[in-house]
Amino acid sequence: MTATVKPQSERARVLREFWFYFSENRGAVIGLAVFLALIFVAIFAPLLAPHDPIQQYRDFLLAPPSWQEGGASQFLLGTDAVGRDVLSRLIFGARQSLIIGCVVVFIALVGGIILGLVAGFFGGWVDTVIMRVMDVILAFPSLLLALVMVAILGPGLMNAMIAIAIVLQPHFARLTRAAVMAEKNKEYVMAARVAGAGRFRLMVRTILPNCMGPLIVQGTLSFSNAVLDAAALGFLGMGAQPPIPEWGTMLAEAREFILSAWWVVTFPGLAILITVLAINLVGDGLRDALDPKLKRS
Amino acid sequence: MIRFLIGKLAYLIPTFIGITVVAFGFVRLLPGDPVLLMAGERGISPERHAELSAQLGFDRPIVVQYLDFVMGIFQGDFGTSLATRRPVLGEFLTLFPATMELAICAIILATLIGIPLGVFAAIKRGSAFDQISMGAALVGYSMPIFWWGLLLIILFSGILGWTPVSGRIDFLYFFPNGTGFMLIDSLMSGQKGAFASALSHLILPSIVLATIPMAVIARQSRSAMLEVLSEDYVRTARAKGMSAWRVVGVHALRNAMIPVITTIGLQIGVMMAGAILTETIFSWPGVGKWMIDSISRRDYPSVQGGLLLIAGIVMIVNLIVDLLYGIINPRIRHS
Repeated sequence: MTATVKPQSERARVLREFWFYFSENRGAVIGLAVFLALIFVAIFAPLLAPHDPIQQYRDFLLAPPSWQEGGASQFLLGTDAVGRDVLSRLIFGARQSLIIGCVVVFIALVGGIILGLVAGFFGGWVDTVIMRVMDVILAFPSLLLALVMVAILGPGLMNAMIAIAIVLQPHFARLTRAAVMAEKNKEYVMAARVAGAGRFRLMVRTILPNCMGPLIVQGTLSFSNAVLDAAALGFLGMGAQPPIPEWGTMLAEAREFILSAWWVVTFPGLAILITVLAINLVGDGLRDALDPKLKRS
Repeated sequence: MIRFLIGKLAYLIPTFIGITVVAFGFVRLLPGDPVLLMAGERGISPERHAELSAQLGFDRPIVVQYLDFVMGIFQGDFGTSLATRRPVLGEFLTLFPATMELAICAIILATLIGIPLGVFAAIKRGSAFDQISMGAALVGYSMPIFWWGLLLIILFSGILGWTPVSGRIDFLYFFPNGTGFMLIDSLMSGQKGAFASALSHLILPSIVLATIPMAVIARQSRSAMLEVLSEDYVRTARAKGMSAWRVVGVHALRNAMIPVITTIGLQIGVMMAGAILTETIFSWPGVGKWMIDSISRRDYPSVQGGLLLIAGIVMIVNLIVDLLYGIINPRIRHS
C-alpha cells in the first residue's frame, strides 16, 4: 500500500504552528471569537439593527429597556434622551469603532514602519533626528497630545483618527528600528546585499518580513488603544460629532442622565469594554504565540 | 554615578527643545488667523485684534518669536491666559496641587493593590486566584475609565449615597488654601468633619484614576516575580530549606521589584492623560479639567503653557525614574 504525502508548504506549516500556540491560550480564542462577532455585526449592521440609528421616536424619550417596567417591546435596550434606539446605535457604533481601529493602526503602522526602517537602516544623523522626534511625541501624555491636535485640526472623527495615529506611531517606529538594527548585520542580509539587492529591496523584502512578529502584537495593542482613545475624545466632545452613533459620543450625550436613566450610560460603555477586552485578549495570545522565548520547543 | 546623571541630562536636551517647538508651533499651526480663531464665533474688533497680535508676538519674525518664547520659559513666563488675564504659570500652579493630590492617592492605591495581587498570582501560578486576579487586571487594563467613573457615581453616589458626586470638599467648609492638598489643609483647619468630607470626595476619583495603573502594575509584578522565581539563587534558597515566605520576601521580591519600580514611574504619564478624563467626570478642579476648559474656550496661551508644563513634568518624572533605576540596579548604571 502506498500513500502519497503532499509536500506541505512552508506557509501552511507556520500557520499551523502559530494556531497551535495561539489556541493554547483559551482567553485569546474567546477574544478572537468576540472580535469576529463584532466584525460580523459591523458589516451587517443595516440588517441587524432594528431601527435607524439616528431616527428619533419622540413618543419614547428615555424609554427603559424592554424588560423593565415602562419599557417598550420594540426598543430592547431602551431609547436615549431624543428617542433614538440604543441597540441600533450600539450596532452601528461597532462599525465606527472597527473603522477607527483599522484606520488608526494602518496610518500608525505604515508611518512607523517607514520611519523605523529608514532610521534603523541608515543610522547616523537620520536615525538621531527621527528617534528624537519620536521621543518628543512620547514625552506628551497621549490623550493630551491627541486632544491638542484635534483642537488644531478641528473636532471630528477623521481628525481624531489622524491625531491618535500620530500619537501611537512612535511605538511602531521604535520597534521597527530595534528589529532592523538587530537583523541588518545578519548573514542572510549580507548575502542579499552581495547578491546585488538594492537598499529598498533590502529594507522592504529582506529585513521587514523578519520584524513582523512584534509589529503584529503592537498593532493589536494599538487597535485597542485607538478604540479607547477615540471613545475618550468622543466623550470629551472632540471626536465623532452627533448624531454619529459612536460609543464615546453616546456616553457624552448620556452624562446628564446618569442618575435617572442607567441604560443610556451602561450599554455604550459595556460595548467599549467588551471590544477592547476582546482585542487585548487576542493581543496577549498573539504575543505568546509569536514570542519564541515563550514557546516550549 | 555622576557620568550616568550627566548622560541622562544630556539626553533630555533635544527632547526639551522638541517639546518647546511643539508647544510653540501649536498656535502657529492653527489654520487661518490664530487671533481670529481664538476670538471664536463672537468676532473681534480691529483694535483688539492688533492688541492681541502684539501681546502674542505674532507681528514679529517667527525665529524671534520662538527665542522669546524659550527665554520667557526660563524666566517663568508661560504666557497670559486670554480668559482670566492671569499668568498661565500662576493658574497652573494654583490647580496643580489638586491633580497631584489625586495622582498621589491613585498611585498609592494602585501600588498597594497591584503589587500584592501580582506577587500572589505569581506564587500561586495557575490557581483560581491567579486566573481571577489576572482576569480582573486585564479587565482593568481594558477599562474606559470615563465610563467606569460614571458607573461608580451611579452606584456609590446615586444608589448607595455613600460618596459625593463631584468637587473636592463640601461647600460647608471654608479654610485658607495652605498646601493646596485638601486632605492636609482640611486636617490642619481643625474643622470637624472637613477631613472626612475631603476624603470622601477623593475616594471615587482615586479609584478611577488608579484602575489602569493598578492593572499594569499587577501584570508587571506577576511576570517579574515569575521570572525571578525561576532563577538559580531562588532554587538554592529553597534547597537550603528556607520557608516559602522567606524565599519570596527576602530573595525574590527585592529583585522582582526593580522592573516594577520603572513601571510605576512610567504610569505618571498615563495618569496625566487619565487625569483629564477623571477630573472632567468628577468636576475635580485640577490641571486636566483646566486643559479641557481652555481648549473648549479657545484659550490657546493656556493650552500652550499647560502642554509645555505637563510634558515637562512627565519628562522630569521619567528622568527621576531612570536615575532611581540606575541606583537600584548598578548594572544599568555601568552599562
